[in-house]
Amino acid sequence: MSEDIQAGLAEILEEVAGVAPADATPEKSFTEDLDVDSLSMVEIATEVENKFGVAIPDDELANIKTVGDAITYITNNRG
Amino acid sequence: MTAIQLKTGAPGARILGFGDYRPRRRVTNDELSQVMDTNDEWIQSRVGIAERRWASDDETLVEMATAAGGKALAASGLAPDEVDMVVLATASLEYPIPGIGPQVAHRLGIPRPGAFDLNAGCAGFCYSLEMASNAVRAGTARNVLVVGAERLSDVTDQTDRATAVIFADGAGAVVVGASDEPGIGPVAWGSDGDQYSAIEMVAGNGGKMIMAGQAVYRWATTKLTAALEEAMAAAGVGPEDIDVFAPHQANLRIIESMHKRLGFPERTVVARDIVTTGNTSAASIPLALSALLESGQAKSGDLALVLGYGAGLTFAGQVLRLP
Repeated sequence: MSEDIQAGLAEILEEVAGVAPADATPEKSFTEDLDVDSLSMVEIATEVENKFGVAIPDDELANIKTVGDAITYITNNRG
Repeated sequence: MTAIQLKTGAPGARILGFGDYRPRRRVTNDELSQVMDTNDEWIQSRVGIAERRWASDDETLVEMATAAGGKALAASGLAPDEVDMVVLATASLEYPIPGIGPQVAHRLGIPRPGAFDLNAGCAGFCYSLEMASNAVRAGTARNVLVVGAERLSDVTDQTDRATAVIFADGAGAVVVGASDEPGIGPVAWGSDGDQYSAIEMVAGNGGKMIMAGQAVYRWATTKLTAALEEAMAAAGVGPEDIDVFAPHQANLRIIESMHKRLGFPERTVVARDIVTTGNTSAASIPLALSALLESGQAKSGDLALVLGYGAGLTFAGQVLRLP
């Protein structure tokens, strides 16, 4: 389950921010390690909603620092 | 009982001519890096702006609006007394009273037109265009001068890297007149007042602008595609018919995102005036279209899709036939 989410998130990261799928591992920080800026985070949130049906409002988005945080959020909020 | 008579208007309205005014002073990203914690790479990657124009003291809102309006009048081939209405779109008056529409009209020698200011933030130009088109079609005015003019450098904290790198100054104008063939399509407009605080000037910030960049970016890249599609559908055209895509020049990444989502053909020219002009709010669309017409990238008879959006939050889009 969490592998599926990680793979789906890796696809989004590749498309939105050009991150190689192999680099999209749970411990990575979006801004520090993957060079994803705040506007790309918004695009990632949009694509997460399209792909997983999980909306990430701005205040929640601010708490998502790592790929692992995103996986946890999606897992916990998936219907 | 005596019935109230109505005037007879024109079957359609179109843009007769464009005019623009760009302030003399170019402000580069390197110049801004000296007064705030930013750099050229950061600015270009976030908003796509390489330089912007900031007005000098003598380039007041009235001066810039008059210059752009005068050029639009000249381009339209009309005499000032053929204009019956002036709509001045701005959100950056130093003081709100009086509005500057009447003064700009007076400076241009337009005798006693209906004249007023319209504040719909960065959507102001497209809202004003709808007013102008309706007035011509209702017989309220033979011709209407629409000016978008801003001095956002006045209302921006020039040490705040979230806003100072984006907002800029300038004016753009059009004259709208009657035509048998409609040259201004039905407006697709609306507002999202629940997000009123996403872009605002507040006393707590010294009266300067603050912007929730992420919220605005999310709104622009997710909600506004529908407005663009609605504007095309209402005009009876599709993406394949659009020669020029000129959305409000807010952020190059929003422009590219909208462009990608709409699926225009390869030949569609995309306005990227923001790169050298910055975000000039209500002035950005006429400035961008003026530049494309001047450079020959857009030509007379082209179909353009425009969309203004910003503070309010407000949005308005139309399909236009370029003069």
